[in-house]
Amino acid sequence: MDANTVSGRKQPFIYRLPVISHFRTSVGLQRAMLVTGLVLSIGFLLTTVLAPFIAPYGFAQLSDASGTFPAQQPPSAAHIWGTTVGGYDVFSRVIWGARAAAVVIVVAVVMSIFLGVALGLLSGYFGGWLDRTLVVIADAIYAFPSLLLAIVMSIVINHGQSSFWGGIVACSISISVVFIPQYFRVIRAETIRLKAEPYVESAKVVGASSVRIMGRHIFKNATRTLPLIFTLNASEAILTLAGLGFLGFGIEPSSAAEWGFDLSKAIADASSGIWWTGIFPGAAIVLTVLGLTLVGESINDLNDPRLRGRRKSGGKTPAGGPDSNGAQAALEAESRVL
Amino acid sequence: MTTLIEAPPSDADGLLPSKKKSSGGGLGTYLLIRFFLIIPTIFILVTMVFFLMRVIGDPITAAQGGRLPPDVLAQRIHDAGYDRPIIVQYFEYLGQVATGNFGTTITDRRPVVEMLATFGTATLELAINAVIVALLVGIPLGLIAAYRRDKAPDAVLRFFAILCYATPVFFAGLLMKLTFSVWLGWFPVAGRSSTRTELAMGSLASPTGIYWLDALRSGNMAALGDVAAHSILPAVTLGLLTAGVFLRLVRTNVIGTLGKDYVEAGRSRGVSDFRLVTKHAYKPALIPIITVMGLQIALLLGGAVLTESTFEWKGLGYQMVQYLNARDFVAVQGIVVLLAVIVAVTNFIVDVAAALIDPRVRY
Repeated sequence: MDANTVSGRKQPFIYRLPVISHFRTSVGLQRAMLVTGLVLSIGFLLTTVLAPFIAPYGFAQLSDASGTFPAQQPPSAAHIWGTTVGGYDVFSRVIWGARAAAVVIVVAVVMSIFLGVALGLLSGYFGGWLDRTLVVIADAIYAFPSLLLAIVMSIVINHGQSSFWGGIVACSISISVVFIPQYFRVIRAETIRLKAEPYVESAKVVGASSVRIMGRHIFKNATRTLPLIFTLNASEAILTLAGLGFLGFGIEPSSAAEWGFDLSKAIADASSGIWWTGIFPGAAIVLTVLGLTLVGESINDLNDPRLRGRRKSGGKTPAGGPDSNGAQAALEAESRVL
Repeated sequence: MTTLIEAPPSDADGLLPSKKKSSGGGLGTYLLIRFFLIIPTIFILVTMVFFLMRVIGDPITAAQGGRLPPDVLAQRIHDAGYDRPIIVQYFEYLGQVATGNFGTTITDRRPVVEMLATFGTATLELAINAVIVALLVGIPLGLIAAYRRDKAPDAVLRFFAILCYATPVFFAGLLMKLTFSVWLGWFPVAGRSSTRTELAMGSLASPTGIYWLDALRSGNMAALGDVAAHSILPAVTLGLLTAGVFLRLVRTNVIGTLGKDYVEAGRSRGVSDFRLVTKHAYKPALIPIITVMGLQIALLLGGAVLTESTFEWKGLGYQMVQYLNARDFVAVQGIVVLLAVIVAVTNFIVDVAAALIDPRVRY
């Protein structure tokens, strides 16, 4: 990462790691944002890992030794966040829900980064008909309503019904299909810019192969904005998963706990004044997305001064000032799940 | 390798390669090219939705899958023509669309155009209300945040914007319902109007379908109040979350232009900060702003699926979920074609506006 060049080679390895180097360069408000984001994200991760130890019941458990759980019970000692209309324990489902969310994020984002970056590099570097075709397809997918695309993909893969892994994979693929064009656009634009740089020309003159130029010279420079897009897409993956669950195209309630599904049931409860079934899963979504977004935003902010400095010394003033391409792409992307 | 020379400037800053290609000609040529790009966009979307919808299954199996013996089911599918080669069906559909015939919905046997008109007006009403809220809240707050950058107001506003992004619209809707409908009892929980207003609206001659407009035209004040009460929660929920997007958009871009040399030059000549923001920094920042806003508004017009489902607002988004569940591909195709047209036309308008604001775009 570029952080290396700033903190210098003399710094111990641990200080050169992305988030830690960001933390060390941050001050005041930015540090507060980063720390808040980190605390929330780490809390989310811990919940994911420790779910079996935190949750008092299973996510699909309807009864214990003392009998069947009562339905729509307000918070009490036995069920600290109450029970749902179906008799599930709200607290346990919220805790287990973190797991579904985490797996979907990882699978979806890794899948879309891998494909998006590869296609973006190829398309930007080789140009020609390949580039034109891919751009047209990416633009079409981009113009396609993302939630509808995700719904259709999830129906295609799972016919709307799903087991835990089936549901996870369906959701992840549906989300990836939406994200790949975003990575593709960012990486392609950067690749086109970079391949005109003198060092790429010199590599060509020296006789480096296309694969080597792409992999070694362009890849490292073009993927600068990826950490930001990664965190922002992770949050969007959660929101899309929740949206799918809310509309009933997500994971079945008996195969995994999923916050969006629980919220869709809670909407009906709200009319009769039952607040506990909705508030908690909703708050879980908000806090998780908030944590990831704060980390992403802070990293973007902390990267800015350097980005600006470098571009100015190269004789180019960035058109958008502090917003990098990644931030702009994220802004465009974020407006889409309503 | 000819692209090597001309591509970088247009791609490096805009990230919108398709929208910022320089045509080399004047404004007229530029707009003409942009206009004709609408057609392939719509064509690709129509093609995509056609094949995607064929993959998810047919409406007859979805409706009667478990209840009919397999041979009867197969016979019905055959009668409806859904077992023909998909390419044949595709060209048949393209031919129909080209002549303006969008077919009849499979589940409720309504002409698609009529269905779009009915639910489209409901969506339009929600979109107008929400966009008004979003613009009124988002743009001024974004300007304030940019102007007071890194100060307390900016910190608060940025947090507000991130919170808007982090909150799923159905959770925001749930909180709104709990607070304003259940606890305070100010507004109704869901729907576009009460039954009585619905009936009054239905009996109007030549209704526009936009309830507040109809109520206003017929002078029915009770109905107007009822419609207003119903529309406040959805509009505010959707509007506030959209306002978060607008706020960030305005802030980022205005800060970007505030750092430019000519703004610095203006400042050194003693131009006031307020004037710098409202006159000098605002206009160049407008292009990315209207680009994203245009897309956002276009998507709202296509139906805010989650918002409409939360508030049982029977618009395009709400209805599309119903049609998807029934695998009514004729209806879904109709909705997506409408959405494609809206997005493409909005993009065109955005490009025209960008060209008018910034002469660099057209050369």
